[in-house]
Amino acid sequence: MNIPALLRRWWPLPALAVLVLLPYSALPLPGLLDGPIGSPGSLQLLALCLVFGALATGYDLLLGRTGLLSFGHALYFAAGTYATGLLLTRAGLGFWPAAGLGLLAGVALSALLGAVSLRVSGIGFAMVTLAFAQAGSILVQRDPGGVTGGEEGLAATGLPASLVGIAHTADLYWIALAYLVVTLAAVQWAVRSPIGRVWEGIRENERRVEVLGLRPYGFKLVAFVLAGTLAALGGVVYLLLTGGATPQTTTSDFTLSLLVMVVLGGSGTRWGPLVGGVLYTWAQHRLASLAGSGTIAGLPSVLRVPLSQPLFLLGVLFVIIVYALPGGVAGLPARLRARAVSRGAQA
Amino acid sequence: MSTVVLLGITGLGLGALYFLVASGLSLIFGLMDVLNFAHGALLSIGAYATWWAASHSFGFPLALLFGTAVGTLAAVALELGLVRPLYRRPREQVLATVGVGLAVPALLSAIWGADARTFPVPSALAGTFTLLGASVPVDRLVLVGAALVVLLALRLFLGRTRHGLVVRAGVEDRAMVTALGIDVRKAFTLVFAIGGAAAALAGGLAGLYFGSVDPTQGGSLLIFGFVVVVMGGLGSVSGAAVACVVVGLVQQFANYYSTAGLGDLSVVVMLAALLLVRPSGLTGRLA
Amino acid sequence: MTTAPPAPPVLQLTDVGWSIGGAVILDDVSLEVREGEFLAFIGPNGAGKTSLFNLVSGLNPVSRGRIALDGADITRLAPHARARRGLGRTFQTSSLWPGMSVADHVRLAAQAAQGGSFRLWRRARPFTAEVTDTLERTGLTGRADALAGSLSHGEKRKLELAVLLVGDPRVMLLDEPMAGVSAEEVPALTELIRSLHRDEGRTVMMVEHHMDVLLGLADRLAVMHHGTLLALDVPDTVMADETVQLAYLGEGL
Ligand SMILES: Nc1ncnc2c1ncn2[C@@H]1O[C@H](COP(=O)(O)OP(=O)(O)OP(=O)(O)O)[C@@H](O)[C@H]1O
Ligand SMILES: [Mg+2]
Repeated sequence: MNIPALLRRWWPLPALAVLVLLPYSALPLPGLLDGPIGSPGSLQLLALCLVFGALATGYDLLLGRTGLLSFGHALYFAAGTYATGLLLTRAGLGFWPAAGLGLLAGVALSALLGAVSLRVSGIGFAMVTLAFAQAGSILVQRDPGGVTGGEEGLAATGLPASLVGIAHTADLYWIALAYLVVTLAAVQWAVRSPIGRVWEGIRENERRVEVLGLRPYGFKLVAFVLAGTLAALGGVVYLLLTGGATPQTTTSDFTLSLLVMVVLGGSGTRWGPLVGGVLYTWAQHRLASLAGSGTIAGLPSVLRVPLSQPLFLLGVLFVIIVYALPGGVAGLPARLRARAVSRGAQA
Repeated sequence: MSTVVLLGITGLGLGALYFLVASGLSLIFGLMDVLNFAHGALLSIGAYATWWAASHSFGFPLALLFGTAVGTLAAVALELGLVRPLYRRPREQVLATVGVGLAVPALLSAIWGADARTFPVPSALAGTFTLLGASVPVDRLVLVGAALVVLLALRLFLGRTRHGLVVRAGVEDRAMVTALGIDVRKAFTLVFAIGGAAAALAGGLAGLYFGSVDPTQGGSLLIFGFVVVVMGGLGSVSGAAVACVVVGLVQQFANYYSTAGLGDLSVVVMLAALLLVRPSGLTGRLA
Repeated sequence: MTTAPPAPPVLQLTDVGWSIGGAVILDDVSLEVREGEFLAFIGPNGAGKTSLFNLVSGLNPVSRGRIALDGADITRLAPHARARRGLGRTFQTSSLWPGMSVADHVRLAAQAAQGGSFRLWRRARPFTAEVTDTLERTGLTGRADALAGSLSHGEKRKLELAVLLVGDPRVMLLDEPMAGVSAEEVPALTELIRSLHRDEGRTVMMVEHHMDVLLGLADRLAVMHHGTLLALDVPDTVMADETVQLAYLGEGL
C-alpha cells in the first residue's frame, strides 16, 4: 500500500499521538487559546472540549444512528456526576468505588427511564424524555434533604490527591482523552455489530423493520442504555475535571447544547459529533471571555447587548447551520466537492 | 378545608397557564408535526411585552392586549420566516425552533438582565376574596377565566368556522385535506398565530400569577406544557384541557403536603404511569 | 383406513372490518386461504385492497372481526410477531430504508431471518452469498451499492421482492409488485413470482391491476369493491359474474 492510502485509513493513530503529546507542547496559539497549549488553562479547556466531543458522540448514537430524538440526555450525564459526587462527599466512599457506583447509577437510570419512554415513539418520546430530565433537574435544584447543594452545586471532597489541582491538569487531560477514545471505540464497535445494523434500519424506517419480524423496542433500549452509560461515564470525568457538580448540567438547555453540537458537526457520521462538540465548547468559552473583555464593552449597545450572551449567538448560529449546512461540518467536504463537480460540468 | 379550597383554586390557576401553553403546542403539533420548542420563547416575549407596557402606565388589560399582540406577531414571523421554508422537513423545523428557543431567552436576559423583574400587579387584582372560608387571591380567578374563554373560543373556532374546520380536518388527516385541494399552509400560519397569542397571554398572566417575570419562565412552563400535551393526546384541545386541570391540581397539592419540588416530580411520575398503562395518552391519540 | 382431518386454512379472516376517523374503509370481509394457494385481489382504486393487507400484516389494528394464521388467532399480534410466524409482505408505495444500500437491505433482512440480531459484541455478518443470490434472482445485480432512495420506481419494486425473498416467508402478501416496472421486465418478474408459488410451494396473496399477469398465476380471484368482498372464486367464474362486471367496469365508465 502506498503512503496516501495508508494515511487515509490510519490517520486517527498519528492524530491520537499528537493529542497525547499536547501537554508537552509550549506552542502558543494566539487567538485560539489564551496561553501556550501545555499551560494548565489551555489544557483544561482542551480537556473540556474532548469531554463534550465524546459526549456528543455518545448522544449521536441515539439521534444520528438510531433516529431517536431524546431531550433528556443531560439527566444521565448529571447522574454520573452527582451520584459519584454524593458518594464521595456525603457517604465518604473512595474515588474508585464511588465512580463505579456512579456509573452503575447511570446505567440503572437509563435502563429504567428508557424502558418507560420508549413506549411512545417520535415526538412523544422527545417530550417524555424531556419531562423525566426536568424532574431530575428540579430534584437537584430544590434539593430535598440538602444533599445536592441546590443552586450552588456540589464541591466534591475526597478526590484522590493525585488528580486535584493545577499540577495535575495534564493527567486530567489524559483522562478526558481516554474517555473520548473509549466512547469513539464503543460507538464504532456498536454501530458495526448486528444490533447496529438494526439501528440503521430503525432510523431509516422503523415500521419496515417490524415487518421483518424484529421488535424495535429492545434494540432502541440497548441504544438508549449504551448512550446513557457513556454519558454517565462522561459525568464522572467531568466531576474530576471541574472538581464538582453544577445544576446547569441537569437542565434541558444542557441537552439542547448537545443537540446543537451534533447538528453542528454532522449527525450520523463518525467524526462529526466530536468536531461539533469541540467547536461548540471552544466557541462558548471564547465568546464568554470575549463578552467579559473590553473589546465588546466599547461597542454600541445594539451590538454589545446580544454579543454579551453566548447562548444568543449559539442559538442564532444553530438556526443558520440548520438552514445553510444541513449535513453539519462533517458534510462540508462532500458539499464542496459536489459544488466543484457541478461547476466543472457547467464550464 | 380552607387550605384545600385555596390549593384547589391555585392549582386550577396553574392549570390554566398550562392550558394556554399546551393548546397552541397541541394544535401546532397536530397539524404540522412540529414540536415547537420556541413556544416558551413566545411566552417570554408576551410576558416581557406585558410587563413593559404595564410598567409604562398602560392599564393592565391594555398591557395584556399589547403583550398578546406582540406574541402573536412574533409567532407569525417565526412561522413565515423560519418554519415555512423548511416545509416537509419536520425534524429541521423542530431544530430551528430549538435555536430560537435558546436565543430568545438569552436576548431577553441581555436586554433586561437575568434576574426576575417585579410585575406591577394592579391593585384591583392584588386583593383576595373569601370562598368557603378561604381567602383566595383574585388573580387566580382571572387566570381560570382567561383559560375558559380561550377554550370556548377555540372550540367555537374549530367547530363553527371554515378555517377551524380546515385545521381540524388537517389534524385528523393532513394528506386528505391537501388532496381536497385546500392550501393547508395558510392554516399553518393561522395555528402559529393562535398558539402564539395563547402563549403570550399565558406569559402576561404568568407575570400576574408569579408577581414577576424572568427569562427562564417560558422554558419551565413549556416543559409542563409538553407533559399536558402528551397526557391529553397530541392534537386534542379537549384532552389538553382535562390534562392541565389534573396536572395543576396534583402539582399544587403534592407541593403543599410534601417537600417542595415533589409536586413537579409527581407530575412526571404520573406521566410515566399513564404511558405504562396507555401508551397513547388519555384520548388515545398519541401516534 | 382413516383420512387425516383437513388441515386448517393457512389464513382465515372472519367478518373483518376497519374504520378510521368515522369512515368505514373495510366491512365484513371473510375469506380463507389454503396452503399453497395463489389468491389474487383485484378491484378499483380505493377499494380497500391495501387496507386489507395492512390488517393482515398487523400494521393497522382491526376494528371488528378475527384473523387466524394456521388456525391460531393472530388478531391482536404485533407486526413483528406475525412476521416471525411466516407472514411476509411487500408494499405498494415503496417503504424501504432510503439511506441504506441495496446490499444492506438484503443483509438486514437476512440477519432478521436467521436470528442473532440482538448482539452487540460481534461484527455484523456480511451475508455475501445471500446478497449475490438474491440480487441475481431479482435482477438487481450491479446495483448492490446504490442507495435505495436513489433507485428507479421499478428497481424499488424489485428490492421490495428481494427483501421479502431473503426472509423466506411461507405466506407472501404482494401489493402490486409490478407497478412501475417497465414492460420488458414484467415477464421475468412474473416468472419469479410463479416459481415462488409453484416450485417452492408458498402461499401467495397478490394485488394486481393487470389481468393478463394474473391469468395463469391465480388459483382464485377476490374482487374488492367499496371495502367489501364482492366475489371470490376461480377466475373464469368471477369474470363471468354480472355484479363484478357491473361494479368493476361500471366504475371505469
Ligand atoms: N390511514 C388512512 N386514513 C384514512 N383513510 C384511509 C387510510 N388508509 C386508506 N384510507 C382510505 O381507504 C380507502 C381504501 O384505500 P386502499 O389504499 O386500501 O385502497 P386500494 O384498494 O389499495 O387502492 P389502490 O388500487 O389505489 O391501491 C381509500 O378511500 C383511502 O382513502
Ligand atoms: Mg393499494
